[in-house]
Amino acid sequence: MIEARQVLAVAAKEFRDRLRNRWVLAVALVFAVFSLVITYAGGAQQGAVGLRSLEFTIASLVSLVIYLVPLIALLLGFDAIVGERERGSLDLLLALPLTRTELLLGKYLGLAGALALAMLAGLALVGGVLARRFGGDALYHYGGFVLSAVLLGLAFLSLAVLMSVLARDRTRASGLAIVSWFFFVLVFDLLLLGALVGTGGHYGGEIFPYLLLLNPADVFRILNVFSLDEVRNIHGVAGIALQVLGDIRVLGAAMLAWIVAPLALANWRFKP
Amino acid sequence: MRADASMLGAAISLRGVGKRFGAVLAVDGVDLDIRRGEVFGLIGHNGAGKSTLFKMMLGLLPPSAGTLRVAGVPVAGGGARAVRRTIGYLPENVALWDNLSGLETLRFFARLKAVPASECAPALAKVGLEAAAQRPVREYSKGMRQRLGFAQALLGRPQVLFLDEPTTGLDPQAIRAFWDTLSALRDQGVTMVLSSHILAELQHRVDRLAVLVAGRVQALGSVEQLREERGLPLTVSLRLAAGDVPEAERALAAVRAAAGDAAAPGAGASTTPGRNAASGPHAVAAGLVVERTAEGLRVRCPRPVKVAVLQALAPLGPRLLDVQIAEPSLEDLFFGSSERWSR
Repeated sequence: MIEARQVLAVAAKEFRDRLRNRWVLAVALVFAVFSLVITYAGGAQQGAVGLRSLEFTIASLVSLVIYLVPLIALLLGFDAIVGERERGSLDLLLALPLTRTELLLGKYLGLAGALALAMLAGLALVGGVLARRFGGDALYHYGGFVLSAVLLGLAFLSLAVLMSVLARDRTRASGLAIVSWFFFVLVFDLLLLGALVGTGGHYGGEIFPYLLLLNPADVFRILNVFSLDEVRNIHGVAGIALQVLGDIRVLGAAMLAWIVAPLALANWRFKP
Repeated sequence: MRADASMLGAAISLRGVGKRFGAVLAVDGVDLDIRRGEVFGLIGHNGAGKSTLFKMMLGLLPPSAGTLRVAGVPVAGGGARAVRRTIGYLPENVALWDNLSGLETLRFFARLKAVPASECAPALAKVGLEAAAQRPVREYSKGMRQRLGFAQALLGRPQVLFLDEPTTGLDPQAIRAFWDTLSALRDQGVTMVLSSHILAELQHRVDRLAVLVAGRVQALGSVEQLREERGLPLTVSLRLAAGDVPEAERALAAVRAAAGDAAAPGAGASTTPGRNAASGPHAVAAGLVVERTAEGLRVRCPRPVKVAVLQALAPLGPRLLDVQIAEPSLEDLFFGSSERWSR
């Protein structure tokens, strides 16, 4: 039986801890600076700077989020449990009227709150700029993008907490976090692409698009690519018949699965 | 007044408790009843299984065999939360969160223990941290962290306290205050389980203790019971003028003859007078071990021979400047018998 007050007590402590060590402030600043720079300079390759369109701005920010958010979330969560274990505070916590599930959930929610706050604060500045330039409607689309970015962060935070439960010490946990970032952000798409090219698309070509759901970074990318017509054109995917992947409910469910599944696995592994 | 532990029920009960880590049997078939209101010590070498047993009693580790109950409730399973509401725990190395203040730290624990926040400030005052209540824990010394850890253990007036090396990092004044607090808790009937490497600390403060060797309880009882069981000698320290030492040695050698003890091979009735003071043991008679010290002589004698030794020394009269008789300490019991316990 999970007691909500125990979960909230841990979450509040964790959240306060992150506020106090200025982690939230630092991440918010990083987001604010990078997002502003990309918003204004994202089109430099095409020979233009400044705000061009909402879609183009979001497309530029998608790339930023895909690189930055998983890294920050993994760094935030990799020592959530193993850090307490290594410091020696885990036994003290578990000797309290607190179950392991409550501790894990509380930790996750506290860190998730800190991550979401940092991202919202950091991305709010660009939101203000977009609203001023393109009107209030822009905020609707931008809000969707920010929400999906937060969900991406929560998914990688969930993975980080799982690593934190699995790893014997902080060093191994940080190693796992870095490997995960490389795999999901850099390697996964290359592997899929390599397999697709290597087989000439003859074998299982129809399932390859669905394999993208096995990577939360790709789910985030598809969520944003398919939500905006102009962005579809930018990415050259307008002609691809992926009706299922174009369904925001499927993508939302996939993202939620990426949040829930690692956390559930972590909870299972965390049992004594 | 100490609660009469024997008249009260078991606060903690272990039956056939074992714990295996792969091929290693860390705890092996431990049966133990710790009585309500009792102050109970757990001692043993590193790796003897103390920490594992501690963790199992706290419900942090599930036993591989046997059952553990605290206040009659099984530690494992659905009763774990109920058990934990009745206990307080102070780990050996108190690790807290550097960014929280002392008061915030206690409020966090209070919230988890469902204790009113209003109890936090008095708890801090109890351990002498009221002036540091608002300071972040990162500015606390090791001793202050230990005291803060003790304060959280006391939150919610636990019925059972588990204290693992509780005086680590404390200064002498804080150690005294700590034991005073424990004494008051004992008077209130709180059951306490202590482990400490500083055996002299436990000696006068535990009602009973268990000696763990290789995961098994090798000895159990009060310090007095263990002294009798182990049969370790008393230590009699004699202060004598240098010229009187040989005579005292001869008197002690005569004790052997009087006791008719022909044991101790190679031990002559006479000693080696004229050797330098503070030399090593050089005479064994009637189970006596006599050694010279800077002050005179130190005699280790079995309890039954004590009176005979004193009578033998009586003729020295006022030339015997001082006599001190010391019971074997817990440390003597532990080290003097650990070889036997480990067999």
